[in-house]
Amino acid sequence: MTLQEFLQNFANGISLGSLYALIAIGYTMVYGILRLINFAHGEMIMVAAYIAFYTVFIFSMPWYISFFIAIIITTIVGILVERLAYKPLRSSPRVTILISAIGVSFFLQNLGIVLFTGRPKAFQVPTLFSQVYTIKGVNIVSLTFFIPTITVVLLILLVYVINNTKIGMAMRAVAKDYDTSSLMGIDVNKIISVTFGIGSALAAIGGIMWSMKFPQLTPTMGLMPGLKCFIAAVLGGIGNITGAVVGGFILGLTEILLVAFLPDLSGYRDAFAFILLILILLVKPTGILGEKIAEKV
Amino acid sequence: MLKINNLHVYYGGIHALKGISLEVPENKIITLIGANGAGKSTTLRAISRLVSASEGEIIFNNEDISKLKTTEVVKRGITLVPEGRRVFPDLTVLENLKLGAYLRNDKKAIKDDINHVYEFFPRLKEREWQLAGTLSGGEQQMLAIGRALMSKPKLLMMDEPSLGLAPLIVQDVFEIIKMIHQEGMTILLIEQNAMAALKIADYGYVLETGTITLEGTGQELLNNEQVKKAYLGE
Repeated sequence: MTLQEFLQNFANGISLGSLYALIAIGYTMVYGILRLINFAHGEMIMVAAYIAFYTVFIFSMPWYISFFIAIIITTIVGILVERLAYKPLRSSPRVTILISAIGVSFFLQNLGIVLFTGRPKAFQVPTLFSQVYTIKGVNIVSLTFFIPTITVVLLILLVYVINNTKIGMAMRAVAKDYDTSSLMGIDVNKIISVTFGIGSALAAIGGIMWSMKFPQLTPTMGLMPGLKCFIAAVLGGIGNITGAVVGGFILGLTEILLVAFLPDLSGYRDAFAFILLILILLVKPTGILGEKIAEKV
Repeated sequence: MLKINNLHVYYGGIHALKGISLEVPENKIITLIGANGAGKSTTLRAISRLVSASEGEIIFNNEDISKLKTTEVVKRGITLVPEGRRVFPDLTVLENLKLGAYLRNDKKAIKDDINHVYEFFPRLKEREWQLAGTLSGGEQQMLAIGRALMSKPKLLMMDEPSLGLAPLIVQDVFEIIKMIHQEGMTILLIEQNAMAALKIADYGYVLETGTITLEGTGQELLNNEQVKKAYLGE
């Protein structure tokens, strides 16, 4: 492999890793607050992608307005999913709510098939994101720069909100203890909605960038990235936001570099992610930066 | 200030409170003593609306609060220092205090009140940036009390503040309760340490398996033969 090829693959890996990271944050935040793997999270990618597609296609909106609308509606969908499918089950055993999440995931996929048909649609990538630059013989699409930049900016913003604002403090408190949080006057339901909203908004942004990177929309398009990001979240340590980002980058980079170095194995790319999941669960189930299970009481 | 009439609570399939009535007048320390499982914590949790009452009224300043959300009860001025302290272990001491003032928006006054809490508990000032989970049990209890004060409550309820603390620290805690009371706070205190609680209380109630069996001033209950036998170990 030449240096050029390596750099090309590295850039691809970073941009794929950023996407995984962005979407993995939603899994990890929801897990942190509800102890739930929100299997419907991947579907937010699909919801955002189709809304962005249709607002451009039918209403011929400029891309930035259409993307903005897609993010807002996906955020609302994420909050509604929690209100309708998880909140009524909050005091039920955890597996009940997990099954509900899987149900929501199937429901949204099939709703997508009914509304949008199963035929793939081609996503129009705005020219801003599809310009090709050649730097020292390496061809890079502008999107490859945008994805990690947007991810890093959002990440810094998120970490700031969680560590330095009142609402962030409330989120950390609710993640630890519902009852005591409500004794502080915190509206626990509101904080849970905010958490789902933030997670879904990030998934929407990730989903839109995903459909620019892989511009083919199908109603089941959220399934595989959703699972991969779940793996990234577990790899980094579920419940830990930095962990989700680390996990996302590791998964994205290794996936791309594995295929680059061992092209014969490219068909096993997805299998690799799941093998990684099994290995983490066997070796270090709490993930790289996961919270300790034993706590001083 | 607070008046409870005929309160019934079912909790985990058990009839935990079987129609209790009690009253907390302003500027008094009222205590509720009783054995484990008598329903003391359930009473406080019902007032804070962490559990629902099936029957009865909870009147606070002429308003029935028995159907409100917990947040609303806090807004009305009732704060609970929960059993087992329940500080947020991976938040700093300062953040814990700020969370106590979650419903307030007066930044300047919040700052003054944090300093006021630090005057009560200088140890907390020293540990301002430490995670609450790294504090000792006594310090955590002080943080829990300080955090409750941050909401500027009218009524402060405390659930077993001396639980699991060393005897010397228990003394400190009761001193602090007295000091807070001297500043004009109304206090509803639950204790297994009946002796210490009755000594500082203006009035006390004895709770046995969900029913109030005895009541009287702190001094009366201290001298009551039944109480002596059952709770003071004499």
